[in-house]
Formats: sequence, C-alpha cells, structure tokens
Amino acid sequence: MFGYYLDLALRSLRRNKMLTALMVLAIALGIGASMTTLTVLHVLSGDPLPGKSGTLFYPQLDPQDMDGYEPGKEPPRQVTWIDGMNLLHAQRGDRQALMTGGAVPVQPTQSGMDPFYSDARYTTGDFFAMFQVPFLYGRGWSASDDEGKARVVVITRTLNDKLFAGKDSTGQTLRLSDTAFRIVGVLDSWRPNPHFYDVNMGNYAASEDVFVPLATARELRMDRNGSMDCWGSGGGDEEHLETATCVWLQFWVQLDSPAKAAAYKDYLVHYSQEQKSLGRFERPVNVRLPNLMEWLDINKVVPGDVRLQTWLALGFLLVCLVNTVGLMLAKFLRRAGELGVRRALGASKREVFMQLLVEAGVIGLAGGIGGLLLAFLGLWLVRRQPSDYASLAHLDVSMLLITFLLAVGASLLAGLLPAWRACQITPALQLKSQ
Amino acid sequence: MEIRPVFASLRKHRIPAMLIVLEIALACAVLCNAVSMIGQRVNDVRLSNAIDEQGVAVVSVDGNNPALIASDIPRNLAALRGIAGVQAAAVVSTLPLSHNNWGWSFGLTPDSLLTDKDTTNISMYFLGQGGPEALGLQLLQGRFFNGDEYAGSALNGSPLPSTHVAVVTRRLAEQLWPGQPALGKTFYSKPYAYTVVGVVADVLRPSVNATNVYQSAFFPLSGDASLSHYVLRSAPQDRDRVVREAEQKLADLDGTTVAKGVSYEDIRTRYFANTSSMAWLLVLVCVVMLAVTALGIVGLTSFWVGQRRRQIGIRRAVGASRGHIRQYFQTENFVLTTAGVVIGMGLAFVLNVYLMRHYEMRMMPWYYLPAGAIALWLLGQLAVLGPAMRAAAVPPVVATRSV
Repeated sequence: MFGYYLDLALRSLRRNKMLTALMVLAIALGIGASMTTLTVLHVLSGDPLPGKSGTLFYPQLDPQDMDGYEPGKEPPRQVTWIDGMNLLHAQRGDRQALMTGGAVPVQPTQSGMDPFYSDARYTTGDFFAMFQVPFLYGRGWSASDDEGKARVVVITRTLNDKLFAGKDSTGQTLRLSDTAFRIVGVLDSWRPNPHFYDVNMGNYAASEDVFVPLATARELRMDRNGSMDCWGSGGGDEEHLETATCVWLQFWVQLDSPAKAAAYKDYLVHYSQEQKSLGRFERPVNVRLPNLMEWLDINKVVPGDVRLQTWLALGFLLVCLVNTVGLMLAKFLRRAGELGVRRALGASKREVFMQLLVEAGVIGLAGGIGGLLLAFLGLWLVRRQPSDYASLAHLDVSMLLITFLLAVGASLLAGLLPAWRACQITPALQLKSQ
Repeated sequence: MEIRPVFASLRKHRIPAMLIVLEIALACAVLCNAVSMIGQRVNDVRLSNAIDEQGVAVVSVDGNNPALIASDIPRNLAALRGIAGVQAAAVVSTLPLSHNNWGWSFGLTPDSLLTDKDTTNISMYFLGQGGPEALGLQLLQGRFFNGDEYAGSALNGSPLPSTHVAVVTRRLAEQLWPGQPALGKTFYSKPYAYTVVGVVADVLRPSVNATNVYQSAFFPLSGDASLSHYVLRSAPQDRDRVVREAEQKLADLDGTTVAKGVSYEDIRTRYFANTSSMAWLLVLVCVVMLAVTALGIVGLTSFWVGQRRRQIGIRRAVGASRGHIRQYFQTENFVLTTAGVVIGMGLAFVLNVYLMRHYEMRMMPWYYLPAGAIALWLLGQLAVLGPAMRAAAVPPVVATRSV
C-alpha cells in the first residue's frame, strides 16, 4: 500500500510543480538555516574529551579577604600559587596539574629564520597524561623535571614541521627567550574544543605550540598571559607572583570515581579550614568542584551570538513550517474532488489520511535534501568568518541524520492539520458538485 | 467598500484565515527583533572614536628588553620620524579596540580603594612624549602633558604610574562630575591620585561593551616596557608604505625583537568583524523570511480565488466591476494582516523581553513596532495583488456554467 501511496504522491506533486517547488523550498530554507546554526552550536558545546571529561575536575577555593564579601558568591575561577602548589603536592587526586598560559620568543638556530613569538603553556608534568594528549615522538616530562626546574620543552607537530621539517626532534636543542631547552616530546595534532583547560585564552583558540615546566618558566620569568585577580596588597607584580594575594593559575585534578570526587571535596573543605585557622583564608569555607562540562557551562564558553542565532533560526523554521501548513492545506483541499472519489470507492478516512501524510513525507524528504545543500553552503559561509571557532564548523554524521529526521518530522507535523482537514470531506457532496 | 461580507466569508474559512494570521504574526515578531539586533550591531560598528583613524598606523614590538627600554624608545622614535611621510610618531601602551585593556577602578575621595563598590572602572592609556599628537586626540578643554610630566612618570613594576596628572574623555568627565567642570578635579585609588589637566573628545576603550564604551583616561609615561606600540601618523595614502618601512627599520635596529605593523583601520575592522558578519546574516534571514511569508500568502490566496470562482462569477454577473472584486481580496488581506500584526507586536515584545533577559540585547525602540506593521501591510498587499488581479479577471459567464 505504501508503494501505491508513494506513486500517488509523486503524481500529485508533479501535477502542480509550482506549488510543490514552493513547499520544498520553504522547508529547505527553514531546515538549511536551522541546521547551519545548530551545527555550529553542536560543535561549540561539544565534549572536548569524550569518555574522559567526567573524571576531570576543576577545584575552586576562596582565599580572598573579607573586603566585598557576599555569602554564596562563586569563589575565584583560578588559584593562587600557594594553594595551587599545596594541592599539587598533596597528590590527593589520581593525577593533577597546575598551569598558566604565556608567550615565549622562539629563537631558531636554523639559518634564515627570524625569531618569532609563540603561545606557550607552563604546566606541571601530569598535563599530558591527564588530558590524553597524543605524542608523535618522545613523551612529556617527569615530576623530577618539575622539581628540578629542568630546561625541557614539548612542542606541537606544527612547530616541529616549521623548525625541523617534521623529523623526530627529541633530544635536539630549542632556544626560548635566550635559554637552551632540550626537546623531550613532539605532540601529534591536538586541538581540544573548546580550549577548556584555560578559558582565558580564547575559548576556541588553537592550542599552544610550546609546553614548558611551570617552575622553569617562573624561574626564567617567561612572559605570562591570561587573567589575574588580586585583593588586599596583591599588586600583580610579575616578580613576586609566588607570594602575591592574586589568583592566576589553573588547577585540574583527575578523580576516577564518584567516591574519590566526594572525598576530594571533603579534602578541599578540610584544606580551607586549615588555611583559615592558619590565618591565610578569611572568608567562610566556600569550595566547589565542578567537572569539565560543568566548568564549561559556568564559563558560558558558547558565544551568546551563537545561541541567539540558534533561536533566530528556529523562529525562522517555525515561519517556514506555518507557511508549509498553509500551502499543503491549499494543495490538499484543491484535490477535494479526487479524494471524494477515493472515499466513494471504499477508501477509509484513515487510508486517505495515510496517503496524504506520505505525500507530506515526500515533500519533507525533498526539503531535507535541499536543506542539506543549503546547510553545506551556510557552513561554508560560516567557515569564511573571522571568528576563532569558524574553522570548526563541519557537519558530522549525527548532524546529517538529524537534518533528515528534522525535515521529515517537520513536514509530517505540517501535514497533520491539512490532511485531517481534507479527510473531513463528505464524498457525496464532492461527487454531486462534479 | 462593504466590509461585512469579508468577515462572513472568513468565518467560513477559518483554518486558512488563521494560518495567514499566524504566519504574519510570527514574521512580525521575528522581523522586529531581528531588525533591532541589526540596528544594535550597526550602532556598535559605527561607534565614533576621536583619534585620526585614517592616518594612524601601529607597529607593535614584542621582546623588548626592560633594562634597555629607556634608551631604545628614543632611538626607535628618531628612526621612525626619519621615514618619509611620517608626520608624528610616539609610543603608547595600548590602542582603542585593540582588546589590550588595562582597567582600574577609581573613586572621588582620597580613601577610595580598588575594591570599593561605587568606583568607576577606567581604561588607562599610557602615552609617551608626543602621544596626543600622534594619535590625533582632540583637546576640548585644558592642555596635554608637558615635558616634565612625561619625564617624571614611571611605573617601576607598580600597576599605576607615579604621575599626578591625567587627561580624560568628555564622557568620563560627565560621568565622574555631572554638570561640573572637570578641569582641576582629582580621582583617586589609594595611594594614587590624579588631577585632570585636560578633557578630550570621546575615545573608545580597548574593548567595549554595552555599558563601558568611552570611559578612558590618558596618563604620561616614559621609559617603560609597557610602552610597546609605536603610533605613526601620516597621510592616508602614505600609511601602508610607512608601516612596511617602519617594520623593516625596527627589525634592523634590534635583531632580538619582533615588530609587527598594522593600520588602525585594520584594527577597527578586525575588532568588529564578527559583529558585522552577524549583522549581514540577520539581514539575509530577514529577507528570506519576508520572501517565504509573501509566497505563502500568494499560495493561500490563489487557492482561495480558485475555490471561489463561482461566487466571483456570480458577483460579476450581478453587477460588480473588476475593481470591486480586486478590492474585495485586498480588503480581506488587509483585515488578516492587521490581525496578524496586532498579535505579532505582542509576540515581538515578549520575545524582546525574553532575549533581553538572557542575552546582550537592548530594549527595542518603540517605533520598530509600527514600522514592522507597515512593512507587513505593504508585503501583504504586494503578495495579494497577483491573485486579486486573477480573481478580477474571472468572467461573469462562469456563474452560468455548472463547471
């Protein structure tokens, strides 16, 4: 029966090409616009480390003085050097890393290459294992390298291609801000989206090219980038950041089970109480332990413009759908005579209803194909935009499926009212007026 | 024109009538808000900025040696001033719309602290000697800094300069001292205090948002590594050549630093690139949505005309002119559009309030609603014209045929 309905639908659609084209176009435009923005939203709100993100946590403490205290306010979004080092050395998590961003002058020894600046990350050694960073050559550095302020560096594949033409460069020397570093590892392509571990650096910015142990970077006073919040006597003077009352570091911890997460939160409370009794903390204990996805939510990493666009596109889809409802109604009711004959020959209301819905589905499928083409066009346009997330806008398989489901679903929904209305025709009346 | 038959016939075709009303209402709601978003963005892109935007170019130097900066800056400036076409050159800490913001909160009493609640956040621009001339600041009252003030101001690792003078924008002066002359007044952040010696036309902050646009102040400074942007002023036609020559000259003078040049217009374009592309996207959505709505009205009205051929024929046979028939459909469309617009304006308002609460969206100006209504009335009349003409062309003889 389905095949017969399909045949009827195609015949009917061919009969009035103009109206059919209008309906398909309306659905295609609505689907195209909403899929473009939904894809951007999907890419931007995606999980940067699927399967792992649930075990990564971002502890927040409140080390500030009582100035401007408001109960229930969110603690600072970074940690001080003292707290960061205390948490790091306590080793309460399965893995932990303390880090900040920066920029270093790279001074190639190769002839014919000018010095240039490269974004850098100053971090402790667990960073690579904790965030599952893939290595092309070599590996990260050890805890003893961190302690010993070793002059070691990990570079990305991009930088390795630029400086060493893609060859295994581990063991070679790289000059950074007038100091010789030994390359211990080269990363494979890695660009987590969003740039979750430090949201101060541009949420969708490309990853850094140079990774240096935190203690080494501080000893050499390498340029630091990122946000810093100070209170009390904290002045943000780069020379004394280790003791300043300023938060400027990010601390991540890996906790493999919910029990460990709960235990870690208890530890944070305990730690805050201890610091308070020592007189370092003044405020009532205020700790939080969001996991990675919660942390992204708190920071509102998805740009407001993108959400706004999504709303707008859904509104647009709604306009297109109402329009399709109107056009289908016109189309179905115009065929009152034909439907009357079918009813008189014995088709039940249900069967007529099904036949009309098949027709709506065919329109939806055609609209889906058109919408997909428009979405490809839209995403191509998005990729040409200057935003830092632009290059990420690609359609994946799940979004492809959603496009068709949305198109067919939307057109079936749009077909319900017209089909129901067309079923109400009294066959006798239609036959008489012929 | 008798309007009662229009209502009578609409009552018989409730579903299509309601669909047209709904379509118009939705289009009205989305249109008003989209146009409001476009207006907001166009306003942002066009924000005025009282520096010589066409003539200014900037060469930024990375990798300065703090120990040598006091002697490097005069040497570099001398070299830059030697480039043909350079009218003025100076060194500054940051530029409007460069994203590189150094903000600090100041109060109006000597005890004001950074963390006090009623302080004003001010973007600080540190200028080396000749800075106001190189940027093309427009002095409204008072004076710029003198040589001693430049020479006597240093940071030495602290966040604020040691000088006691500042130049503020007119907007900031009005905000800090409403209705009073700003010259000679002082703003504080304990233990620092700065007295206003000049007021300039409004200069944008390094990064702007809805509430903080023009709250900038200028301070003299010399020999500090934070002065890493060389501002070059030249005639617009010389600008690009000047930038290239300046990059080359700075690279030749010091092999360890990295110098990068850009015209100020490029800085501004880059800052607003996302905003303007969003505005274009919204324009596209509006146009396509209006087209879809118009086509929908054409489709439904055509169907209507087709359904009523008999009635039209009868009306024509009993004496109605072509004009009457056309007017009938136009009136019908007007009634439907009016209903749609009334509902749509309500929806637009609700949507606006919702978006304002959740996104950086400003209140929609009231005149957007009537403007949207007129736009949709016109659209409706335009869309109905074709089907109405076709209806008017139905010959009276149709009435006598039983199809």
